[in-house]
Amino acid sequence: MSENIESKPYISYLQAESKHKGIFKWILSTDHKRIGIMYMMGMMAFLLVGISLGFMMKLEMLTPGKTIMDAQTYNAFFTLHGVIMIFLFIIPGLPAVFGNFMLPLQIGARDVAFPRLNLLSWWLYVIGGLFAIVSLFLQGGPIDTGWTFYVPYSIRTGTNVSLPLFAAFILGFSSILTGLNFVTTVHRLRAPGMTFFKMPLFVWAIYSTAWIQVIATPVVGITIILVIVERAFSLGIFDPALGGDPLLFQHLFWIYSHPAVYIMILPAMGAVSEIIPTFSKRTIFGYKAIAFSSLAIAFIGYFVWAHHMFTTGISEVSRFIFSLLTFLVAIPSGVKVFNWVATLYKGSITPGPPLLFVMMFIFLFSIGGLTGLILGSLATDVHVHDTYFVVAHFHYVMFGGTVMIFFAALHYWLPKMFGRMYNEKVAKWSIALIFVGFNMLYFTMFILGYEGMPRRYWDYLPQFQTLQIISTVGSWILISGILLMIGNLNRGIKRGAKAVANPWGGKTLEWTIPSPPPVHNFDVIPVITHGPYNYGEEEEK
Amino acid sequence: MVGLPSKYAESVDSVMLLIVIISVLLLLGVTVAMIYFVIRYNKKRNPKATQIEGNNTLEIIWIVIPTILVLVMFYFGYAVFHESRVVPKGAMNVKVIARMWAWEFEYNNGKKSGELYLPVDRSVKLELNSMDVNHSLYIPAFRIKEDVIYGRQNYMVIKPDKVGTYIIACAEYCGLRHSLMYSKVHVLSKKDFEKWISDF
Repeated sequence: MSENIESKPYISYLQAESKHKGIFKWILSTDHKRIGIMYMMGMMAFLLVGISLGFMMKLEMLTPGKTIMDAQTYNAFFTLHGVIMIFLFIIPGLPAVFGNFMLPLQIGARDVAFPRLNLLSWWLYVIGGLFAIVSLFLQGGPIDTGWTFYVPYSIRTGTNVSLPLFAAFILGFSSILTGLNFVTTVHRLRAPGMTFFKMPLFVWAIYSTAWIQVIATPVVGITIILVIVERAFSLGIFDPALGGDPLLFQHLFWIYSHPAVYIMILPAMGAVSEIIPTFSKRTIFGYKAIAFSSLAIAFIGYFVWAHHMFTTGISEVSRFIFSLLTFLVAIPSGVKVFNWVATLYKGSITPGPPLLFVMMFIFLFSIGGLTGLILGSLATDVHVHDTYFVVAHFHYVMFGGTVMIFFAALHYWLPKMFGRMYNEKVAKWSIALIFVGFNMLYFTMFILGYEGMPRRYWDYLPQFQTLQIISTVGSWILISGILLMIGNLNRGIKRGAKAVANPWGGKTLEWTIPSPPPVHNFDVIPVITHGPYNYGEEEEK
Repeated sequence: MVGLPSKYAESVDSVMLLIVIISVLLLLGVTVAMIYFVIRYNKKRNPKATQIEGNNTLEIIWIVIPTILVLVMFYFGYAVFHESRVVPKGAMNVKVIARMWAWEFEYNNGKKSGELYLPVDRSVKLELNSMDVNHSLYIPAFRIKEDVIYGRQNYMVIKPDKVGTYIIACAEYCGLRHSLMYSKVHVLSKKDFEKWISDF
């Protein structure tokens, strides 16, 4: 079947010509595939900046007191590390790259519902990113509030707060428009016969995420504008010295930023549900359980925001309720993990690089999720809140979770996107380095936090130094693994062996078209008669 | 755990231990099953996959059992935490004043100190006041922490069981010298405390 596809000549989206010339062929293109690639370029650039900041922060932590930078620089660094990694890398994340590229392919469509709106989203992303960068070089110096921008400090500090906040506001619009686009695309553009329960699980995850993007993001937009207004005109909304309420800010901020955690993780979970069936050559275990748990996470995720505020003096009743709901939101994530592991049972497994990343994800994400229980439980949260324990927890969830699957997705879909293959052996070495480095870097932080090392500390007590050194050395191993991986992928894109249409033997629609895909994806829109992971069918025929 | 300076801290650590034990068991279960399946059902050993669409009994089991487990954790977490919010009758009041970047402790008789002195075996209510931005009073050895916010009357309760000196840190980011905003709590015997408090 796949031989037929490749022998036929076609124009791929990479070669396509348009009325524009040079770089404009890309930056004015409304092709969802090109937009996905452009997001990928932007995000990889910001990822490298974020990694460099993290590298230097860990160097600073080698010794107590000053190692390589002063306190003000360190405070700016952890703020920028957070802002860049969250707003410019993880939140656009898998939806912007793989949602854009794969969603239309997986549902048998020729593009997203609003291609020009899609290009606008990318432009807003670039403009937001530029604003954030420009703010670093203006008078006053780079923002030093932490990525959470808590008032009253963010109102009083003399650093540039308003411009990076406005950048986040613009990025929010990019996210809302992408969400709107994907919801509409899923509702309107599915191939004939593809009912909701015949959609690939990645589509389910992108769909659930898109709803959160549309509904939750406006809240942070409003909050950000209020902080800017407060800084400019001292209205007294948040500043307690003017009669405002600093806790109001925290509520509004987390009403968005907690669901945002699910914007970050749900698409990754969707990609896991694609990769495991492909590499175990069997249908997914518990399709509906996985699909509904995405919706459950998206829904319950709205009602747990105040667990970020257990020590702020909110009422005991609200601490009770938010703790209970936090424990309940753990259940659908657990259901997913159990179904993924069950999908490996009696499969016929090839442990290729994408599956190895997924296995690493299941291990790291489980640690992240289970330590989340310590943070959901009131008595223990009060102790470890705002310590390194929290830093370790969210790096296990966000980095060990989302980013590992971002890497997995790169290894899974790269042959489809570029029609070329990377070196699998080198990929496995990079995975080993990443695994060792990651755990050295972040597991030590759980212990540091439990022993009472607060986060966002430029200086620390001498008794924490041994663990800090292990952690810093871990960061070097982790970064060398990531650089090896990026080098390997980059070499694959440029000079790798030609990839066939379906190198992994996947069953979803993107594998039925040539690699790299033709400009209009499908010559003939397919008609869907079966579920997405019908590995059993061939034998029956 | 040995050596903790209050009963409350010991209770917190037992909740921690409970959650960690359950978590380690779950983590081991998931990880061992995953690695075993990948080895046992490797393509070489198992060239043909068996198509299993799911199993409702299993789905119910792995929804119900984790739900019970998390409710148990939630209960103990809340029950222990609740103790820390009850101010016992006859508790001594100490006013805590936080500013960028120092702590001050003010006693009922007007005595002020940059470090906190407490008598052993007596409940103390710390009334938290900020003069500027958000801070958070964190005493790791006692497993307690509460944010100090301008315009809010937050409080926390501490009842030391052991004489000794422990670290106080600021846990809410408050600007340039946040990481240097350390102080100490000195737990004194009743006699020593009386001597200290009346001497100013």
